[in-house]
Amino acid sequence: MIGFLALAWRPAILPIDPPAKTSFPAELIASGQILAGAGYCEVCHTRQGGEKLAGGYALRSDFGTIYSTNITPEPETGIGRWSLEAFTRAMHEGVARDGSHLFPAFPYDHYTKISDEDVEALYAYLMTRPPVKATAPVNTLPFPLNIRTLQEGWKLLFFRSGRYRPDAAKSAEWNRGAYLAEGLSHCGGCHTPRNLLGAEKADHAYGGAVIEDWVAPALTDENPSPAPWTQGELFSYLRSGVSPLHGVSAGSMSPVIHTGLAAVPDADIRAEAIYFAELDHAEARTAATDAAIKKALATSALGTGQEYDPDARLYAAACVACHYNAGPNPLPARPELALNSALTLSEPTNFIHVVLEGIGTRDGGPGLVMPSYAALGDADIARLAAYLRRTRTDRSPWTDVETKVAALRRQAASAKPE
Amino acid sequence: MTNLDLNGRPVSFRSPDDTPLLWAIRDEIGLTGTKFGCGIGMCGACTVHVEGRATRSCITPLAAVAGARITTIEGLDPKGQHPLQSAWIELQVPQCGYCQSGQIMQAATLLQDYPDPTDRDIDAVMAGSLCRCMTYVRIRKAIKLAASKMRVGSAP
Repeated sequence: MIGFLALAWRPAILPIDPPAKTSFPAELIASGQILAGAGYCEVCHTRQGGEKLAGGYALRSDFGTIYSTNITPEPETGIGRWSLEAFTRAMHEGVARDGSHLFPAFPYDHYTKISDEDVEALYAYLMTRPPVKATAPVNTLPFPLNIRTLQEGWKLLFFRSGRYRPDAAKSAEWNRGAYLAEGLSHCGGCHTPRNLLGAEKADHAYGGAVIEDWVAPALTDENPSPAPWTQGELFSYLRSGVSPLHGVSAGSMSPVIHTGLAAVPDADIRAEAIYFAELDHAEARTAATDAAIKKALATSALGTGQEYDPDARLYAAACVACHYNAGPNPLPARPELALNSALTLSEPTNFIHVVLEGIGTRDGGPGLVMPSYAALGDADIARLAAYLRRTRTDRSPWTDVETKVAALRRQAASAKPE
Repeated sequence: MTNLDLNGRPVSFRSPDDTPLLWAIRDEIGLTGTKFGCGIGMCGACTVHVEGRATRSCITPLAAVAGARITTIEGLDPKGQHPLQSAWIELQVPQCGYCQSGQIMQAATLLQDYPDPTDRDIDAVMAGSLCRCMTYVRIRKAIKLAASKMRVGSAP
């Protein structure tokens, strides 16, 4: 026990006087701004309606709610007194300036792969943002999970410190994509399932997971979409929020794309697309894409004629005006439901979310808005789900959909800011 | 406060951001060409364009369209002479007229996507726009008339 405590103890790094903005070269700040976009720092470190980077965003986990911290350079409540050394230790080792362990909700297990130069650029960017005085609410983690010292045990079990090591057998672009995806962009943070102690399952990387009541789909060839995620589809989705053959971004993926990656140049987005297209073996499956599109479009007019099936009539009244495609290819502005990711996932979660909440100007792609169909009852939304699953996919029916609609509706109501 | 562009003019709505776009357009601005039908997105009477695409305004909260470009029937054409409006007059489509602005806004998106629509295309895209006077046959005819005029108009 004494040995463990000795190990668990990390020294504080002395506070510094907040560095002057002018002490950072403009190019370093600019490069840090792009990197901060690739890591979407602002997404988790800004609460809804709050000042940028001032923290307070509630991250709901299986263990309790963790509130993000203030990472503006405010000296008392932010990181104004953090030296580059302290900031680097936090990014690479998950230890705060005062020596306490950070919870892995802060994805230092990914950030440890970021190069020293990039960490320095991020530091320059953050230290030159407007300082905001703000203290995050207290986390709701139950005892003993709230004891930060115990995080050392978690680190011993699951955390390996170390910078990204390029794979010499791969192209420079692939390596760039891997460096970003595994490090700064921490894609596995949402898309890799976690074990009982909340660590990513290394042997099932990018296998898909449930996070904050949304399904983060698998990024491997386990992804059930009818059309493969090719480099082109991935690039289009990560750049604009729309993949013509899969659908639009929603949920927590929307700010990843529109707040975060928006700052990142095309070349880096393409590198990430190359990395993931190889991971999901899209190349081997593209031959089947045309057949998948044809099959999907053959279902597009179902429910639009003289129909006596009440499920089909509900679909015709609510959905078909926008989702019908005449073919031969689906129009990007008419998301084809038979190709849409939400319908093929093993759970109806994402489908229900989109029906209840719609797609606003901050989600999806430019100029595409879907209203919120929350006025429909739980039973009607469940009927739509069952109808589309039955007529647009080959997958087995979803179960207990009505109960799941009710649960997500309650969840949305309780998460609404006051 | 929600800012957006309505028929080419910047507008700031004071209503709470969960207010349906339809209410804000009718009650705050006073543009009453867009109608309230069912209030749950099942009839099409409230259809407006968001960024040029038909959208049911009765179930679209203001927050979802912050910063977007909205067009109502009053703004579809500066002189009210969009080919669809002309065809509607030429064929005397409406009976009571209540659903017709929604029908025209929906049809405009149809023709943008499919300039030469088949009966199947028209039935599918217009399926969510109900007309209790049963003017469907004339609606379909007017859409085809407008489509042919627009194709001639856009020919080189």
